[in-house]
Amino acid sequence: MNAPRETSAAGGSAGSPLFAVRAPLADLLLREAHVLDPRARLDEPLDILVRDGEIAELAPPGSLEPPIGGETIDSAGKHVFPGFFDPHVHLRIPGAEHKEDLETGTRAAAAGGYCAVVAMPNTNPVLDKPALLRGLIAQAGEQARVPVGFLASISVGLAGEQLTEMAQLREAGALGFTDDGRPVASAGLLRRALQYQRLCGGVLALHEEDPTLTGSGVMNEGPISAELGLAGIPAISESTMIARDAMIAAYEGGRVHFQHVSVERSIEALAAARGAGVRVSAEATPHHLLLTDADVRGLDTSFKMNPPLRSEGDRLALVEALRDGTIDCIATDHAPHARDEKAVPFEEAPMGTTGLETAFAALYTQLVLPGTLTLDCLIERLTAGAALFELPSPTVATGAPANLCLVDLEVRWRVGEAGYESRSANCCFAGRELHGRVLLTVARGQVAYRERSFALSPA
Amino acid sequence: MRHLLSIEELDRDEIERILGSAAFFAEVADRPIKKVPSFRGRLVINLFYEASTRTRSSFELAAKRLSADVLNVVSTGSSVEKGESLRDTVATLSAYGPDAIVIRSPHAGAPRLIAGWTSAGVVNAGDGKHQHPTQALLDVYVLRRRLGELDGRSIWIVGDVLHSRVARSSSQAFKALGADVTFAGPPTLVPPELAALGCEVRHTLDDLGEADVVYALRLQNERMRESFLPSLAEYAAYYQINSRRLKARQLLMHPGPVNRGVELSGDVIDAPQSLITEQVRAGIVVRMAVLVEVLSGSHAGDPTLKRISTPEPQLA
Repeated sequence: MNAPRETSAAGGSAGSPLFAVRAPLADLLLREAHVLDPRARLDEPLDILVRDGEIAELAPPGSLEPPIGGETIDSAGKHVFPGFFDPHVHLRIPGAEHKEDLETGTRAAAAGGYCAVVAMPNTNPVLDKPALLRGLIAQAGEQARVPVGFLASISVGLAGEQLTEMAQLREAGALGFTDDGRPVASAGLLRRALQYQRLCGGVLALHEEDPTLTGSGVMNEGPISAELGLAGIPAISESTMIARDAMIAAYEGGRVHFQHVSVERSIEALAAARGAGVRVSAEATPHHLLLTDADVRGLDTSFKMNPPLRSEGDRLALVEALRDGTIDCIATDHAPHARDEKAVPFEEAPMGTTGLETAFAALYTQLVLPGTLTLDCLIERLTAGAALFELPSPTVATGAPANLCLVDLEVRWRVGEAGYESRSANCCFAGRELHGRVLLTVARGQVAYRERSFALSPA
Repeated sequence: MRHLLSIEELDRDEIERILGSAAFFAEVADRPIKKVPSFRGRLVINLFYEASTRTRSSFELAAKRLSADVLNVVSTGSSVEKGESLRDTVATLSAYGPDAIVIRSPHAGAPRLIAGWTSAGVVNAGDGKHQHPTQALLDVYVLRRRLGELDGRSIWIVGDVLHSRVARSSSQAFKALGADVTFAGPPTLVPPELAALGCEVRHTLDDLGEADVVYALRLQNERMRESFLPSLAEYAAYYQINSRRLKARQLLMHPGPVNRGVELSGDVIDAPQSLITEQVRAGIVVRMAVLVEVLSGSHAGDPTLKRISTPEPQLA
């Protein structure tokens, strides 16, 4: 077995803080694909030649010769997008490999059209030591189908008391820091982390929640929690912390990212911070953009997540904020749980839903097809996560690393019907019919995913 | 009726039918031999994950008066603490071939989950702060006997509505029979979103005189630790139902057990307008009526059907 490399040589990405297995580079012609890349201002049929890890050539449709010894895919009528970038996933490694691991998690990512994901550190043990991070990076070099970046924790053991060795963790390859799953409840600790950020850089990604306002809450506080008799999590649990932390970041001149924003009040706080020139960014999840607390009525634990599904008013405000750019990007917060862990009463169930395999299709079906959001905007927001970490955004441009996905927007499929690539099946969109199927994902010039039926009928 | 999981699932006709059948069993209860042979050899399992005296004992008595066999399984602590999951426990008990499982759980939705895991009929005997449908049925049974039709009657439910499954399901039952329901109590325990249940929300007892029926809820000491209340004494000063606040024409109800001197003063508990003891008595006949519905609706006659359990009800 080869000694793990710090970076994949594939795609000439030496020095990149994203890690994946080395596989043969694709030699691939996508013929007459409709390329949509808002960053490259492309929205037209083109031939795309992928070679040596790069997009070697973009040319008018039908003009490129099939590569000798390579593969040609007739992509007429299908779309090519830049590969998606997910800044927020739980790969559950180490410690909960029965839910997910690097291999299954990145396979799910590739199946969803993602060319890179960022893993959260709330594992067991918590990713709070440089040595642990080096071990994970080595494992990613052996198992990850698409490049993975890692966030280390802000506080040791996520206990919210003592800072991790942030500078050494950055040196070891951490993209940034987060205590995701928990808030940094102590304003003093967050301030120290922001002061340290001046030394070592790295975005601080914040899960915003005031534990004293959340209490024992298990769903959104509102008429539906009142009907069900479930303890509610009020909107202010999130929005007050966003307002607080934006002020602390402003004071320290720091850079913070707000994870899984879920309520309208948070968007107001976020917009105010932006308006005041604070360096903030924010993400929203497909489930918060598409579902509401009304879906919790049946007490199906697939709909239990943190933050909880919110009101319809909050959902509409999130969609609007995604459209106008107040929310920068879409993050799945892919949170796999084993079947028996979710087959318990709602109050006892762990929080989270899987999301990597359904994000594009769910958003396309429910926001783009009805005309709420343009496809252009959706693709921009699905790829904008890279910029949070000052990484180049995936783009379909000559000479750029080959990060793209081939999607058939006409295909309809039922979520879960053919199983999942993820090890877990706790998907909140299970059973829904969605439009748009990822057929092929290329990450750093390697074929990371090929849809089964598509693999059987090559062009 | 296959299961009784929630009052919301019953329409007015179904409620009336159960009340009628309870009235029949009330006549039987006056006979020297209080048993009917209807369900000889049927098995009812009481699965209780919470302490309960009256609900559990009245379900047990109800099943015995129907000549069914009863197995009581009492467990404290959550299924997680206990080590065995709820699903595994239900699978184990289902192997005994019960015709009905009566479940009391600290968690909302547990009865519905169980209904997906067993072929027995499932009766919700209280799930978290969600529903307590047999309490609701016995409450309307008692009120109907006293007042006749409930249409247009005003019922005030006073106290810790937020944490009360009784308030949720009984208000639904009262409303299903045409009554108007008001929730009253401090804003911490009667937050405005409770209006979603179709009830008026008040924070003082100034207009308590409007009520035909005053339904006081039990106030638990732990609410002070969670800062819902500064003290029981202050609560009592503002919200206790006592002889000063309760008019002679008003009826008084309480789901029990009572904290004497907190939500109710001692004198009103024993006053003639108090229906509290009648509620307890009605518990047996109403639960007999519910068990008859569920036992008749289950596939108890077919031993093969009994052992088929439906997999994965939750994770569709």
